[in-house]
Amino acid sequence: MELILVVIIGLLYASGIYMMLRRSMVKLIIGLILLGNGANMLIFLLGRIVKGKPPIIDSTAKMLTEIYADPVPQALILTAIVISFGLQSFAIILVKRAYKITQTDDLDELNTTDEIYE
Amino acid sequence: MNNPYIVLPVIFQLLTSVLLMFFWYRVNAQRLITIICSIISVGIATWLFKEVYQNGILTMQAGEWQAPFGITFVADLFSTTMVLLTAISGMAVGIFSTGSIRNARLKFGYFPILNFLLMGLHGAFLTGDIFNLYVWFEIIIIASFVLITIGGEKAQIEGAIKYVTMNLLASAIFLTAIAILYGLAGSLNMADLSIQVAEIENRGLVNVVAILFLVGFGIKSAIFPLYFWLPASYHTPPPAISAVFGGLLTKVGVYALLRIFTLIFIPDEFLGNLLIVLACMTILSGGLGAILQVNMRKIFSYLIVCHIGFMLAGLGIYTELAIMGAIFYLIHDIIVKTNLFLASGLIFKLKGTLNIEKLGGLYKKYPKFSLLIAIPLFSLAGIPPLSGFWAKVFLIEGGYKENEWMLIGFIILGSFLTLWVIAKLWSEVFWKDAVDLPKKINVKYFHELKPFKRWAMVIPIILLAGTSLYIGLAAEHIIVLSKQIAAELINPTAYLDAVLGIKSQTP
Repeated sequence: MELILVVIIGLLYASGIYMMLRRSMVKLIIGLILLGNGANMLIFLLGRIVKGKPPIIDSTAKMLTEIYADPVPQALILTAIVISFGLQSFAIILVKRAYKITQTDDLDELNTTDEIYE
Repeated sequence: MNNPYIVLPVIFQLLTSVLLMFFWYRVNAQRLITIICSIISVGIATWLFKEVYQNGILTMQAGEWQAPFGITFVADLFSTTMVLLTAISGMAVGIFSTGSIRNARLKFGYFPILNFLLMGLHGAFLTGDIFNLYVWFEIIIIASFVLITIGGEKAQIEGAIKYVTMNLLASAIFLTAIAILYGLAGSLNMADLSIQVAEIENRGLVNVVAILFLVGFGIKSAIFPLYFWLPASYHTPPPAISAVFGGLLTKVGVYALLRIFTLIFIPDEFLGNLLIVLACMTILSGGLGAILQVNMRKIFSYLIVCHIGFMLAGLGIYTELAIMGAIFYLIHDIIVKTNLFLASGLIFKLKGTLNIEKLGGLYKKYPKFSLLIAIPLFSLAGIPPLSGFWAKVFLIEGGYKENEWMLIGFIILGSFLTLWVIAKLWSEVFWKDAVDLPKKINVKYFHELKPFKRWAMVIPIILLAGTSLYIGLAAEHIIVLSKQIAAELINPTAYLDAVLGIKSQTP
């Protein structure tokens, strides 16, 4: 399980960075999304994977004695997913808007900002 | 001890934003609320600063969950100073915006978003939990995304693409670093991490995490070689927005670097040298970039990069004296950079352009205003006794004691380049004979504005110039303050005690 996750995370990071380095704006967004997902999976993996051991204390016991699944990484991922959802939807709208204004999908064409002398 | 009132600056900004949203289309009501609330906000920040200055570090454990299990908010001297500076710059920008931002932008929720941005900044400075810091950073960047695109001009959108991409990348790297750090140390509380990370045996992996944090915060604070997004985007939105970005947003990255690298990862020799080299290159590239530009706001953008190098240099030398210099520089820089961008907004309203080759004759026509702008300009160049001078003295002294000759050379070179740029700017914009500029239809000139709006644009500049003068002329107070902050940063026992309570006393 861990090994599969490690490979998947590596692939997500690599493809995310690769996509971001392309010149197309749409690929840029896809790259950012892949990278965000890779980071989330990484938190999940590094919180240690424990199967079928929820962190619920028995009514007879005072504390957890056995190994249990750490709930903190899951809370972190949940927060990170919500945040990245918001940011990515903003980025998608921004790219759409930019396409409408500049009529190009090529990031190399976006050099109006370097030509403002006013 | 639980002191829930230390989050008051955050809560107050949140309430202000919510209140402003009730007056979505009533821009005059929004202007009034912004002015009143930003003044109250400075009051709250001053009060919090006074409390912490007198009583030492105050903490709040959210929901009474004891550290390191709950989310902790910590108000130490460094964070409250930053909160105070944020409130002051926020007030200046808020008042300036009431005069300079057009109604069309105000009707798209400019003021609520500005206050959300300030809320995020206050939160980032006050939090004591690394994941919480990430969340505050996200609040800051989403608010800044809206501010940079509001109005939707072509240049703004193009600048925003670069800005958004680099910030999202920085967040992803920051999140990766947090993930690995959690896997290593099993904690998110910064004070707890400080103890845990020191005990980890796998130093190689710790260094990797440190570098990831350096890259993540480095993108946000625009250090070499990660600064290219800054000069490509900061000059595109309206001047008031550039002012809050230039004054505060890069500095929150510097704050995070100073915090993380004094509390959690103490720089070893390699990291220290890396920081010093990065500082030198940042100073050089920012300074050289500034010389080449003709757009005034672009010049200031490059100068931001250049001066980030000074603060990084203090961290790289890593002695109490050098960090004190960096803190002093940070305090001075927030006020001055905000002021310069506001002043550039005013110059644009006066002349309708920011091209220094076309500008001219400002000193002849507006002598009082020129003298006013001279204060932040010359403070930036570090002409004694203005504020930039003292910080550099301590940085150079700190480098001298540690025999960092290369760094001292670059700091002097950076100061010289800044002075050159400022001298060029001064002679081109203020002394050169005025050229007749064609009147632009889409610019509302200063003399066409109502008296209220004119004052709303001049008063913040006077306020910030006064603050810079105070920092420069009453440097004693700031020196005492930055010395205390530097001592707290270098020796974080007080911080650990305040957050973790009894736990740290039994090692």
